[in-house]
Amino acid sequence: MSKAGITVATADPPAPAVRHLPRRRGVELALIVLAVLLSVYGYCAVGLAQHGTLPPGAVGYGAGLCVLALLAHVAVRLRAPYADPLLLPIGVLLNGLGLVLIYRLDLETPGDRAAPAQLVWSTLGVALFILVVLLLRDHRVLQRYTYVCVVTALVLLTLPILFPAVNGARIWIRVAGFSIQPGEFAKVLLAVFFAAYLAANRNALAYTGRRVWKLQLPTGRVLGPIVAVWLVSVGVLILERDLGTSLLFFGLFVVLLYVATGRTGWIAVGLSLAALGAAAVGRLEPHVHSRIETWLHPFASIEAGEGANQLAQSLFAFAEGGVLGTGLGLGHSVLIGFAVKSDFILATAGEELGFAGLSAIFLLYGLLVERGYRAGLALREPFGRLLAIGLASLVALQVFVIAGGVTGLIPLTGMAMPFLAQGGSSVVTNWAIVALLVRVSDSARRQYDGQATR
Amino acid sequence: MTRHIRHAGFFCALLLVALLLNAARVQVVQAPAYDRNPANRRADIGRYQQPRGDILVGGLPVTGSKDTGEHLRYERTYTNGPLYAPVTGFASQLYGTTLLENAEDDVLSGTHPMLAPFPLWNDFTRARHRGGDVVTTLHPAAQRAAYRGLSGRKGAVAAMDPSTGRILALVSAPSYDPQPLSGNGAAASRAWARLNADRDRPMLNRAVRQTYPPGSTFKIVTAAAALDAGLVRNLGRPTDSPDPYTLPGTRTRLVNESKGCADASVREAFTFSCNTVFAKLGVEVGAANMRKTAHAFGFGDGELRIPFSVARSTFDASLDPAQLALSSIGQYNTRATPLQMAMVAAAVANGGQLREPYLVERTTRPGGSALATAGPRPARQTMSPSTAVRLRALMRDAVRNGTGRRAAIPGAEVGGKTGTAQHGLGNSGTPYAWFVSWARGDHDLAPRVAVAVVLEDARADRGGISGRAAAPIAREVMRAVLNSREQQPGS
Repeated sequence: MSKAGITVATADPPAPAVRHLPRRRGVELALIVLAVLLSVYGYCAVGLAQHGTLPPGAVGYGAGLCVLALLAHVAVRLRAPYADPLLLPIGVLLNGLGLVLIYRLDLETPGDRAAPAQLVWSTLGVALFILVVLLLRDHRVLQRYTYVCVVTALVLLTLPILFPAVNGARIWIRVAGFSIQPGEFAKVLLAVFFAAYLAANRNALAYTGRRVWKLQLPTGRVLGPIVAVWLVSVGVLILERDLGTSLLFFGLFVVLLYVATGRTGWIAVGLSLAALGAAAVGRLEPHVHSRIETWLHPFASIEAGEGANQLAQSLFAFAEGGVLGTGLGLGHSVLIGFAVKSDFILATAGEELGFAGLSAIFLLYGLLVERGYRAGLALREPFGRLLAIGLASLVALQVFVIAGGVTGLIPLTGMAMPFLAQGGSSVVTNWAIVALLVRVSDSARRQYDGQATR
Repeated sequence: MTRHIRHAGFFCALLLVALLLNAARVQVVQAPAYDRNPANRRADIGRYQQPRGDILVGGLPVTGSKDTGEHLRYERTYTNGPLYAPVTGFASQLYGTTLLENAEDDVLSGTHPMLAPFPLWNDFTRARHRGGDVVTTLHPAAQRAAYRGLSGRKGAVAAMDPSTGRILALVSAPSYDPQPLSGNGAAASRAWARLNADRDRPMLNRAVRQTYPPGSTFKIVTAAAALDAGLVRNLGRPTDSPDPYTLPGTRTRLVNESKGCADASVREAFTFSCNTVFAKLGVEVGAANMRKTAHAFGFGDGELRIPFSVARSTFDASLDPAQLALSSIGQYNTRATPLQMAMVAAAVANGGQLREPYLVERTTRPGGSALATAGPRPARQTMSPSTAVRLRALMRDAVRNGTGRRAAIPGAEVGGKTGTAQHGLGNSGTPYAWFVSWARGDHDLAPRVAVAVVLEDARADRGGISGRAAAPIAREVMRAVLNSREQQPGS
């Protein structure tokens, strides 16, 4: 890069007033190598702790992860050279760590191996990432597909109703032996729809309509479609008993509405709606009611002599980790039982990596969200801004809902920890989110490149 | 719009802070409470993750650990379970630990803070170290002799070294094998149910956890009190004692098993175990002095640990003269563990100085270096040395000429006292047979062993049954100790 720059410079010296932004692809490469090395190290640590030898697949695992990450890196280098250099390495590290944790739990459950499938899904996810980065030259193209997005999202959300419930929730469909959670894909599509629709109508939302007391209510014509979509998606989710996702959509809706219109009234309306909904659902749905009871009294089942429930086991796992953790492969989070590799994957991280490791993971997510927000701030056109904020907020809310759930901060709602948890649809979706963020951040920085200083 | 994006970003940062604070709450602040929760199986898993330290007798481990490959990985094994069960107890994954397994659990399971390489290391890493070993004071030959002697009967033997307090043998019969209790499967529950349903109560440690009326063996204590109080100056002079003796303030007449007890001298009365003489002597000594001497021997002490607890032996403190008379011959409310009676014999043998008994010579790190060593226990003066010399003579005479003849060992000085204790309503129960004794080899400077034997099912009629049944068991235990060279426990 620099060499080429020098040759160009000698051949045709640019005007001194023009500033070239550093593209920072070298930083990205170095961070990716670090992320891969950390994951391989974790993989080896698990093997050493469990069997005293390096696991046989370490080389293959490392090489596979390395090749995937490098391919993604090449794609970014080719088509998004100005992209934020932190986004891809964070994705690689979280995905690699998730594979390590799942592999580690597989050793305790020999009958149920999830890591190979997760590796396949990760490959698909990275492939989708590459595809998006290569094919989607400009994120504004997505604006054209606003209504395609929303229809697809609604279809995806309604599909599982036709399939049998799994563990009390109708959120899976089975295709050719694979379990797919269409709701995961729907959330990206809905984010795109919200961003596009709000970008187009934000002025109408903010400034037209009747004024009731201190609240500026938008006209029904503008607000109608968006509330309808939201109501339908939430209604479907309650039917499917997937409250985590419904909470996620609601949060996304409120955040984007607030950012687009700047009306604090929306927050008040949103929060009161949320409180109302929560109260109603908590009262009416026994499934939800028991979740809230468990959250308030996680050890009630122990006192009742029925043994520790999943949340109590999860808390025990976190507590066992303490500050420094037991070390990879040395914990007993498998006691949680069902969903230990998916919803409760964070408990394994908390037990074996300790508060230090858990904080590091939270900060990684925080960094990912922060980079998304930064891209949103840097962009000038509203769709890109809202898209970046929407995608970053999706990650933030999802991490909060599930991490807060398994650590007893809020009632537990089943949801996948982005990148870490077992679940193919989730991994693929998260790679799509990172790809879109890469694309948006590339646009955000590209616009400043080559500009005259001052 | 920028401002509102910043607001939303601030909101996300708030969520992050909430997650971090809550994680700190769970993992740091609440962690100790969660770790202690009984439903948290991690403590159990960690505890059985490694082989447990061993209990050593005569330098050889009598315990082991077996890798089961299960979730709770290592199980306790015992090389000669029934022989050592009254010492080791059991270490069960279901039912906890008892006796030495319980008292030294921190060393055996590796949680003892001194097992850490550095101070406070455990607090920081919360790691578990390899378990250390526990070296006992037991004399293997004496233990085996006692176990053999009791085979097929109900009873207990306690033997100790009078000059140090080391416990040389601790046997309870019938015994049990603790190994089937080690695991956590159905077999362990079945073994537990079977042992608890057994009417012979094999898991009861009769040597330290069961008290019996000591009967005539308690006359040693009464004699010591009388001699110390100066009531008896000449052991050979006839006492003014009627036969039968009417208990003061009652019409109950106390009789003797043997003849010739009327006005017998203390020596004759001790040799032939005259109840009337000692009942009257006890009344003359008085409740206060009797109690003082009994407590000096260890009666009334509920705090004794060897290191597991020993049941309290009792000598009733508030007595009318009739009760005092009965208590002085080891009846009424007087009760003693076999170990307590071994302590009585040991105090006599050691010139009136009683060394507190102990069972653990030292605990060691896995490599064998000492973790803690039994220091010299404080000695307690139970009677004046001159009293002890005269009591030794009395006990020697009882073996030479009296009720304890079957305990005699050629080439050794042996002193002993038999006892037969009635119990049950109206003395309807099968009497308990006692024998307490000490022995000094002819080449030894001081007595090397003190023994107490109790048999619950002495079936023969009372005259001399204790001598017939219990004395030979004591003899074999004493012989086993005397036959060994100067013993170095644990080496």
